[in-house]
Amino acid sequence: MELLEFARGPALQSAMVIFVAGVLWRIIGILALPFISIPSRARKGVLPEGEVKGWFEGIWRRMWPHKSFIRQALFSTINGHVYHIGLFVVVFLFAPHIAFIKDLTGLSWASLPSNLVNAVGVVTAASLIAALIHRLTNPVQRLISTFNDYFSWFVTLAPVLTGLLAVSHLGARYETLLAIHLLSIALLLIWFPFGKLMHAFLFVVSRGATGARMKHRGAQI
Amino acid sequence: MSLTAKKADQQGDLSDDQRIINAMHTFVNDFGLTAATYMESCVKCGLCAQACQFYVTTGNPKYTPIGKIRPFQQAYDRHMGPFAPVYRFFNLVPAVTLKELKYWQELIYDSCTLCGRCTLICPMGIDIAELVKEARHGMFEAGLIPERLALMDRTTVAWGSPATPAEDFAEIIEEISQEYDVPINVDKEKANILVTLAPAELGDHTKAVADMAKILNSIDADWTLCSDGFEASNIGFINGDLALQKKLTMKLIETAQRIGAKTLVLPECGHAYGAARWEAARWYGGPVPVNVVHMTEFLDDLVSTGKIKLDHVDETASFHDPCQLVRRGGVTKAPRQIMEALGLDLIEMEDSGSFGWCCGGGGGVVSNTRADKLRHKVFDLKKKQFEETGAKRLVTACGQCRITLTMGAKHINWNQETDSLLELVANNLVT
Repeated sequence: MELLEFARGPALQSAMVIFVAGVLWRIIGILALPFISIPSRARKGVLPEGEVKGWFEGIWRRMWPHKSFIRQALFSTINGHVYHIGLFVVVFLFAPHIAFIKDLTGLSWASLPSNLVNAVGVVTAASLIAALIHRLTNPVQRLISTFNDYFSWFVTLAPVLTGLLAVSHLGARYETLLAIHLLSIALLLIWFPFGKLMHAFLFVVSRGATGARMKHRGAQI
Repeated sequence: MSLTAKKADQQGDLSDDQRIINAMHTFVNDFGLTAATYMESCVKCGLCAQACQFYVTTGNPKYTPIGKIRPFQQAYDRHMGPFAPVYRFFNLVPAVTLKELKYWQELIYDSCTLCGRCTLICPMGIDIAELVKEARHGMFEAGLIPERLALMDRTTVAWGSPATPAEDFAEIIEEISQEYDVPINVDKEKANILVTLAPAELGDHTKAVADMAKILNSIDADWTLCSDGFEASNIGFINGDLALQKKLTMKLIETAQRIGAKTLVLPECGHAYGAARWEAARWYGGPVPVNVVHMTEFLDDLVSTGKIKLDHVDETASFHDPCQLVRRGGVTKAPRQIMEALGLDLIEMEDSGSFGWCCGGGGGVVSNTRADKLRHKVFDLKKKQFEETGAKRLVTACGQCRITLTMGAKHINWNQETDSLLELVANNLVT
């Protein structure tokens, strides 16, 4: 079996099975825990639906730091937005990726020009490298970081870099580069449910729960 | 990380293994859906350090808030998380050791005031302050809390208050009544309003008791203090002693029910507000059958409804926001409205309201004498921000904040008093 055949077939298929099963397992594992609620009276004027609103406010509000924290959080916030948006553009607005998703699900949408997506890919890679440099040079981040943080970084950057190499035909035959790109995606999918990349799903609950709690109290979200 | 912290305190004669078992058992019981999601969501951005006064003033990364709950995180990953069996089988997450728990004692108690500033900066919305508070539950059950706090705990278990036994309460109140020449109601059989106190009000801040009585008497309120239900500060809430927290909370609720009180007024104490306003329902089993209000909310209501009138002070002032009342409790406008009614020209600090820096003494830190050096260091932050306002008066609405600020000023020979909002209201009450 050719490497590309393997990457396209068994590797990617098993990775997707692990991804879906792992994500479901982790989410169900958390949701199965009891919901510990303290039924205190809400702040006067805060209705039950207000707490639902607080949930959504919590999700939205933490997209950008409060004014008091902007100076300290500026790099993390801007760089974080750059690579999150970059990853979204590269994954979901690149024509070959849309074609791949269409094959898989039947769904498709308009793509951005390849050159633009490539440029976004370069910026995304640079932003991820900047994030790593920050992690390695910032004493706080260095202290609290574990294998999970570094490996999650690696499996996120790898598909971006291998994708850029594949579209640029740099370093090897296109088929080989494409196979490596697909294998890097498989690695990302396999790791996703086990590491911190799961925050892509869990942020909805963590931000939302705090938003609802603070809304209940009439406190700042 | 090398674990070379100063010697940790321990209570009781539990074996090392039993301490770990107790801590793990209690940690695990705290993991509901929300805490678990918090555990799973951290991206290790480290921003929480930038919101923590202990990190900001020392530059020591060990004070990073999310790092303060590492044993709690380990317990979750190893025993409760969705992949716990795998982590245990391959020992991917090691079991928490007694050495680790002892190391983290300082981080959980000495260098966290539960102020919740870290919660506000976290881009994932993780309520780190709540997690630290929950981690304290396990530390308490393991007999691994600072001895000074343990002493207060034992005193409160024995007396019902860290300040005085219940049987002496009425006598102390009588002395305060005579000293300030104000009638103070104690142990009335029935009353609409049950007033409660913080320990400092039976010691350094006795004037607050007289002032509270003066205000209530001025509106002909039907109120009383009760010997068997006066303690509101709730050391159990601070220490992580859930049994004591429940006992103290239920005592207040039962007393209010017994005398038929519709309103339970909490003293100028931030943690009392956290324990009674937001957590009492946990122990009662539903919304409590009495309207629980902080003294500041009570005064704000009296002012805004015109039940009391105040003379104007006509001075500049800045307000120190007690964390449990403002950031964690949502009472931001009330103290400012009272200050406005007092004619004070409010000059806000650079970080104020929900974003104000803690006094440095919350969460039991002010009582935990071994943390004095660290507390004095973080006090610089508050001093600097207050001085930048150029205001004459520093006002707050929490007795513990007031003590912390007063002690901090004394330590550096800073000639700045901290005023109680309650006392300012009483001093300027139009009678």
